[in-house]
Amino acid sequence: MKDFALLFRQPSYDYQQLPEAEQAVLIKKWQDWLGGIAAQGKLVSPPTRLIPNQGRVLKPGGVVTDGPFVEIRERLGGLTVIRAADLDEATTLAHGCPAIEVGGSVEIRPVMG
Amino acid sequence: MNQERATIDQLFQQEFSKMVAVISRQFGLEHIETAEDIVGDTFLTAAENWAEKGIPENPAAWLYVVAKQKTLAMFRRGTTWKEKVLPAVKAGLETEEPETDLDFSAQNIQDSQLRMIFAICNPAIASESQIGLALRILCGFGIDEIAAAFLTNKETINKRLFRAKEKLRTENIRMELPPEHLLDARLDNVLHIIYLLFNEGYYSRTQDTILQKDLCLEAMRLGLLLTAFPVTAQPRTFALIALMCFHASRFEARESAADTLVLYDEQDENLWDRELVQQGMHFLGLSATGSMLSSYHLEARIAFLHCRKEDTPEKWLEILAMYNELLIINYSPSAALNRTFALYKAHGADIALAEAEKLQLTENHFYWMLLGELTRHSHPAKAAAHYQQAYDLAKTAAEKEGILRVQRSLHLG
Repeated sequence: MKDFALLFRQPSYDYQQLPEAEQAVLIKKWQDWLGGIAAQGKLVSPPTRLIPNQGRVLKPGGVVTDGPFVEIRERLGGLTVIRAADLDEATTLAHGCPAIEVGGSVEIRPVMG
Repeated sequence: MNQERATIDQLFQQEFSKMVAVISRQFGLEHIETAEDIVGDTFLTAAENWAEKGIPENPAAWLYVVAKQKTLAMFRRGTTWKEKVLPAVKAGLETEEPETDLDFSAQNIQDSQLRMIFAICNPAIASESQIGLALRILCGFGIDEIAAAFLTNKETINKRLFRAKEKLRTENIRMELPPEHLLDARLDNVLHIIYLLFNEGYYSRTQDTILQKDLCLEAMRLGLLLTAFPVTAQPRTFALIALMCFHASRFEARESAADTLVLYDEQDENLWDRELVQQGMHFLGLSATGSMLSSYHLEARIAFLHCRKEDTPEKWLEILAMYNELLIINYSPSAALNRTFALYKAHGADIALAEAEKLQLTENHFYWMLLGELTRHSHPAKAAAHYQQAYDLAKTAAEKEGILRVQRSLHLG
């Protein structure tokens, strides 16, 4: 078994602006999907969510810019690490990720070590 | 005569751990066996004396006085004590005269027991031995009872306890509270051992229901002891106690006359202990502070939801959400199976079956029972095969009997 990072990219993260009922639906989708991976004992660590529209970018020459990182069409919204036999299985597990439903993507990357 | 025996047995369970804790705190954990001997000897004296003169008005106080005398006598007589204990005691207390008077005040008993809990639930000792030692030293269980609880023989338990006590010595474990920066992690370990102790009773391998209940009650008593101290009265401590209350409330309902395990759906809710449910809710309320969500919080919430008999989709959606969260922070095969069962109740057999097949817990008979349940309406023949797998893997007669009952109710067309 190897570890893979799943990086979630979505065009928008304005969950807070959504009506409460829709927020609850979204949360349930994420939980059901992650719960399904965790139920197989394949979640390595609880997922990390990035706070949208906050943070900074450090560039060469000491240039610091504020987030959000508008030039990227799909913003990185969070990540988690899972365990799978190979890249194929990791990709199978990534299916059903709610980020995809809203036009986003999941990047599946083997973790070194 | 019988009444004296019963009183002494009950007193032993209550007082043994207190007295051993106080004596060990005074003279050091390396003398825990001597402490056990002194207390054991005290109870022998009590049995002889009370048979003749009857039970004294305050038996506990009587026991404390005799234990003090015996400790003092041991001091004066024993050369080992003179050579080894006295210098150690003197060095520790920096007094000329060793402190030989034992303090059996309620406060010191409680303090000593708390220190004993932390000493025994020390990660240096193997977890199985921690439970054994906890049963012996913290709960006053006999070697026979511990062996019965673990479905093993006295020899194995004696060896396990011996090794654990040796570890107490070689690791130089002291009867102290851990330093502040370690307290959180060590409290986690203590709570985990109490949780395992409770489960040892609740999902016991033994058929002895009195022993099962005793194990659960002792685990709850230890949990409550932790609530008496600010450093250990943490939200997750309350959550664990709430969890134990909710589970224990269904103890009577789980048993049926035929000594088979009653499945949840068949339970007679009139047998649920309402008072324990109320207690559980009280502790669940106390657990709802701070920002840390422990697995005990989630499990307590699930157990609370199970205390509501009505079978609404909302209830199962909430249970499913709790299991998802629980699995994300703490995977266990039983949580994975229960999560899939909740998925079935909330979203139907088809969705649940697809998820269940991914679990691949093929060595676990509950896995096959779950697959049986999920296929019983769509593919009764498949369900029958699944139940057969479950039957073959089940370990106890009660479980096999329960599986047969479910299997017989299948409508094979």
